[in-house]
Amino acid sequence: MYERGWRRAGVLALFLGPSLIGLLAFTVGPMLTSLGLSFTNWDLLTPAKFVGGANYQRLISDAEFWHTLKNTLTFLLGYVPLVMCIGLLVAVLLNSAIPLSHAFRVMYFVPVVTSWVAVALVWKWLYNPVYGLVNNALSAIGVAGPAWLFDPNWAMPAVILTSVWKDTGFVMIIMLAGLQGIPREYYEAASIDGATRAQSLWSITIPLLAPTLVFCLSISLIGSFQVFDQVYVMTDGGPAGATMVLVERIVSHAFSYSRMGYASALSWVLFLIIFVVTVVFYQLRRWRA
Amino acid sequence: MRQELPPVSAGTLTGGARIGRPNRRRFPLRTVVLTLVALAGGLLMITPFLWAIGTSLKPSGALLSLPPQLVPSEPTVSAYTTVITRFPFLRVFGNSLLVAIASTLGQLVVCSMSGYAFARFRFPGRDALFTVYLATLMVPFAVVITPLFIFVTRLGWANSYAGLIIPGMFSAFGTFFMRQFFLSIPRELEEAATIDGASTLATFFRVVLPMTGPALATLTVLSFMGSWNSFLWPLLIINDRALMTLPIALSTLQGLYPGQTQWNVVMAGTVLATIPTIIVFLFAQRWVIEGVAGSGVKG
Repeated sequence: MYERGWRRAGVLALFLGPSLIGLLAFTVGPMLTSLGLSFTNWDLLTPAKFVGGANYQRLISDAEFWHTLKNTLTFLLGYVPLVMCIGLLVAVLLNSAIPLSHAFRVMYFVPVVTSWVAVALVWKWLYNPVYGLVNNALSAIGVAGPAWLFDPNWAMPAVILTSVWKDTGFVMIIMLAGLQGIPREYYEAASIDGATRAQSLWSITIPLLAPTLVFCLSISLIGSFQVFDQVYVMTDGGPAGATMVLVERIVSHAFSYSRMGYASALSWVLFLIIFVVTVVFYQLRRWRA
Repeated sequence: MRQELPPVSAGTLTGGARIGRPNRRRFPLRTVVLTLVALAGGLLMITPFLWAIGTSLKPSGALLSLPPQLVPSEPTVSAYTTVITRFPFLRVFGNSLLVAIASTLGQLVVCSMSGYAFARFRFPGRDALFTVYLATLMVPFAVVITPLFIFVTRLGWANSYAGLIIPGMFSAFGTFFMRQFFLSIPRELEEAATIDGASTLATFFRVVLPMTGPALATLTVLSFMGSWNSFLWPLLIINDRALMTLPIALSTLQGLYPGQTQWNVVMAGTVLATIPTIIVFLFAQRWVIEGVAGSGVKG
């Protein structure tokens, strides 16, 4: 950039201005507005009323909030370990010298590019207690399947299973990239020194893959707190509130019950959770480095 | 029978199986077992797609037969004609395409220019501002959605293409992604162009952008797929049926027949909506996979 004076400012405004305006108007502005709204009661029809911390107080004493938080954590505890382990296993499998590994990679990755609505609809039909493929496959091996999305005990496991199916390919691709970044010479040296396959996995693959594992862990944790599309289409929070999760509640409070203040307070709780998780992982990476 | 086995996890790219002592058989037992495991897993992954296609080709009467058939005995396209005739399917498809193309083009321009500014310009507060961009990456969409909805409605963009497209044209991730790419390319060509008297704008469009093909391709694919599959925002901002995008239209299909969802019709819609994504993915695989993998390694 060699322009000087006003021309220089003009060039800068041209390059950066649109992006900056968009960021302020559609992200930073709404975010701060939401913080402000969380201290008010507003139903969109009458003027907003300042209520101080009342929404946050109500939230703490609201059984539904704790129930929602518990469901979100249940999702997380089921989804994160499964998607990480299966993703890693598939990545190691496809990274070993097998024929057609490229075709397999595509098979595992296709669910990632499919829209959540399409996936959720297909799985809703797969989970149909009587006519669905899942229960008919189970009964073929002599297991009487549950009512899945209609059973409060099985709806969340069903949503978790579908989410793992959809995201395995995503985790796999990131881990594959990590695996392929490990220099082959390390394995060759280890094999010359007489290391077994298990020893190489434990002392070469896992330590060198650690940054990738931590990255996948942080992404899947943060994603778990923001589950929405699949829940909305498959169960809409039901049955009997068994799949109510944070984002689903935020959307319901804001757009079904017109409680803008309460929804904003909920959304800031979500933001604080994600903020803490992000900071912890950032510190973890700095500490490792 | 024991054989000398190749080292674990040797790269597929350069034929890891050939390392070590040559195998007597072309495919050792281990390779066969691993391939079968990968195949079984892969088939499990695509079974839901096959089930959707199978269901979409069934006549309504065959839906409730037990045990369900994966391959219908009397295939018919009646579910597809139902979707296309009773539902403004082509219109919805066109909406999704228009919104995805427009917001992707917007993102390419906005993000590459702002990314370039952060990579090459020197101005006061640059690094602080860039930190703000990075910080917004962790703001969940659910946090901004209520005020964003109110703001966009006040602008008069509810139920309009503007409401669907314009908020999607800006991406802090895109700016970050393009900045990283610009930092990785040498400055010499730009400096030469500047010495020859070209303006910054001309240098950017004639010298820099032609070198950014791979980054732009990746951003295009990520942005297009993000827009094509986006659900929550269009769900809130659109209630006019003529402006619905594919995911919204799909989600309403299951309510089209109260009491009993016609699953062959729903699956036909799902298949039609999914085919373009899969075709784009198959052609743009390299960019999709590099984009996802790259976001992991660098992020």
